[in-house]
Amino acid sequence: MSFDIVLWLVQDGIVNGAIYALLALALLLVFAVTRAIFVPQGEFISYAALSLALLQAGKLPGTVYVLVGGGAIAALLDIAVALRDKAPGRLPRILAVYVLLPLAMAGIAWWAAPRKLDMWIQVLIVFGLVVPLGPILYRVAYRPLAGASVLVLFIISMAAHYVLTGLGLVFFGGEGLRSQAFSGAHFKIGVLNISAQSVLVVLATVLIMASLWLFFEHSIYGKALRATAINRVGARLVGIPAELSGSLALTLAAFIGAVSGVLIAPITTIYYDTGFLIGLKGFVGAILGGMGSYPLAAIGAVGVGLLESFSSFWASAFKESIVFTIIIPVLVWRSLTTRHVEDEEE
Amino acid sequence: MSTMLEVSDLRVYYGKVEGLHRASLKVGEGSIVTVIGPNGAGKTTLLGAIMGLLPCSGSVRYAGADLAGTSVEARVSMGLCLVPERRELFGELSVEDNLRLGAFQRIRRGERGLDADMEAVYARFPRLKERHTQLAATLSGGERQMLALGRALMAKPRLLMLDEPSLGLAPRIVREIFHIIADLRKTGVAILLVEQNARAALQVADYGYVLEPGEVALEGRSAELAENPRVAESYLGFAGKS
Ligand SMILES: Nc1ncnc2c1ncn2[C@@H]1O[C@H](COP(=O)(O)OP(=O)(O)OP(=O)(O)O)[C@@H](O)[C@H]1O
Ligand SMILES: [Mg+2]
Repeated sequence: MSFDIVLWLVQDGIVNGAIYALLALALLLVFAVTRAIFVPQGEFISYAALSLALLQAGKLPGTVYVLVGGGAIAALLDIAVALRDKAPGRLPRILAVYVLLPLAMAGIAWWAAPRKLDMWIQVLIVFGLVVPLGPILYRVAYRPLAGASVLVLFIISMAAHYVLTGLGLVFFGGEGLRSQAFSGAHFKIGVLNISAQSVLVVLATVLIMASLWLFFEHSIYGKALRATAINRVGARLVGIPAELSGSLALTLAAFIGAVSGVLIAPITTIYYDTGFLIGLKGFVGAILGGMGSYPLAAIGAVGVGLLESFSSFWASAFKESIVFTIIIPVLVWRSLTTRHVEDEEE
Repeated sequence: MSTMLEVSDLRVYYGKVEGLHRASLKVGEGSIVTVIGPNGAGKTTLLGAIMGLLPCSGSVRYAGADLAGTSVEARVSMGLCLVPERRELFGELSVEDNLRLGAFQRIRRGERGLDADMEAVYARFPRLKERHTQLAATLSGGERQMLALGRALMAKPRLLMLDEPSLGLAPRIVREIFHIIADLRKTGVAILLVEQNARAALQVADYGYVLEPGEVALEGRSAELAENPRVAESYLGFAGKS
């Protein structure tokens, strides 16, 4: 193996690893705040990537139906609660968030699709379609059982994953799509040939991580999220509603999923169920990092990207198995070296 | 003096185990009321139920409203605050962040003047000011208790419930904490104080209840309770003298 092949594999690994790192952060965040292993993370990726490809093809992405339908269910649930509590004052807000906003986004997408607007505007529209799915998913799937055990929350995650994948098949069909590259440019540095697309992926990842850091260090809502993750009872006692934290965590997760989807869409062909596998690699990264620390999870995820790219060179038929098998020695090593901390139930 | 909190016939079950059996009590506006009783009497359970952390039967009325079906967060925004037995601080956040989060509901409502309140808390607990960048998990027991109190004060409570604020503290710090409790009376906040240290609690309080496993066994003005031979024997350690 020559040196420039190594460099090329490293570049490839870092680009994929950066995306896995974003996903690993989202998974950790959702787990820390809601105690749910967030399996449906991958669906945000598929939905975003496929929506972008469809908008570029001048078609209305099926995401709008999921958004409007999901919003309607969330609104019904909230309206039922508001009526039970005899609090009609909440209705305008419920309708605005879960009905008007999705309808507005769907309207924009419907208007924009045939016009094949500028790529950056299409990306914004994709964010508008995918990000609201986060809070809607929280309201419909997680909130009714928010206090349940980790196992029950995991089962909810699996159910949400299957439902969203199924809807993806219905609305996007079975064939894979790939969106146009953001830029076809290449830079030559020595022997290294770097595509502008890779640079964009890494830059976007760094930018998002920096903004997440700012959010968690310097905004009261970021601190409220951390507080919920650190001490659930303490958070309730200072008046941080668990629903607010959960909803915010899933909104961030959906945003991260949408960014990953948009970034990966021009690199890989995406099918309605590809997101799951990509999300799973982020999960492996988070596990390699110990499922607790954000920097370690990010490093673990980049490691997954590198491992994947080198194994696809040597044993491409086994690249997925190699990536997922690595979990086993890591888990064995961790279970031998770390003290077991009981999952705290209240 | 009007009633701030009125609890009647409160019952709490942990599964099939009864944690509290028919407790009733009242706290007047701006007054200090203490609940004393042996381990396992249900004091912590009582406060948890009032705060809305535990499901219960019976009624809790606060500032004229029935709290049934009111969430913990809504109770906090109504000015009901609990400093729990286990403190429940945010260990990996700084002292300052813990205090700021104490005012979360007020920040959300867009209230101003938080910096002044933060300064007031620091003035009351100079130790916290010295350590404002330190992580809460690394504080000493006494400092943690001060932080828990300070965090609750940042919410501007109208009724502050304290669960064993002197738990595990050295006598000098205990005196300091009780001094602060007595001093808080001037700010007009009502206090419901649960304590093992019955002597200090009865000294600082206006009125007291004795909770024995499951129910209120005795009640009265604190000075009278302290004179009561049964209380003196069981909770003050010896008969006669108060
Ligand atoms: N989570 C729980 N599950 C089952 N039983 C509980 C639980 N918490 C408390 N109890 C029981 O309820 C009763 C009252 O407990 P509580 O903690 O309220 O007592 P306490 O008066 O605060 O005691 P202490 O002075 O030791 O703090 C005890 O018998 C206790 O064993
Ligand atoms: Mg107790």
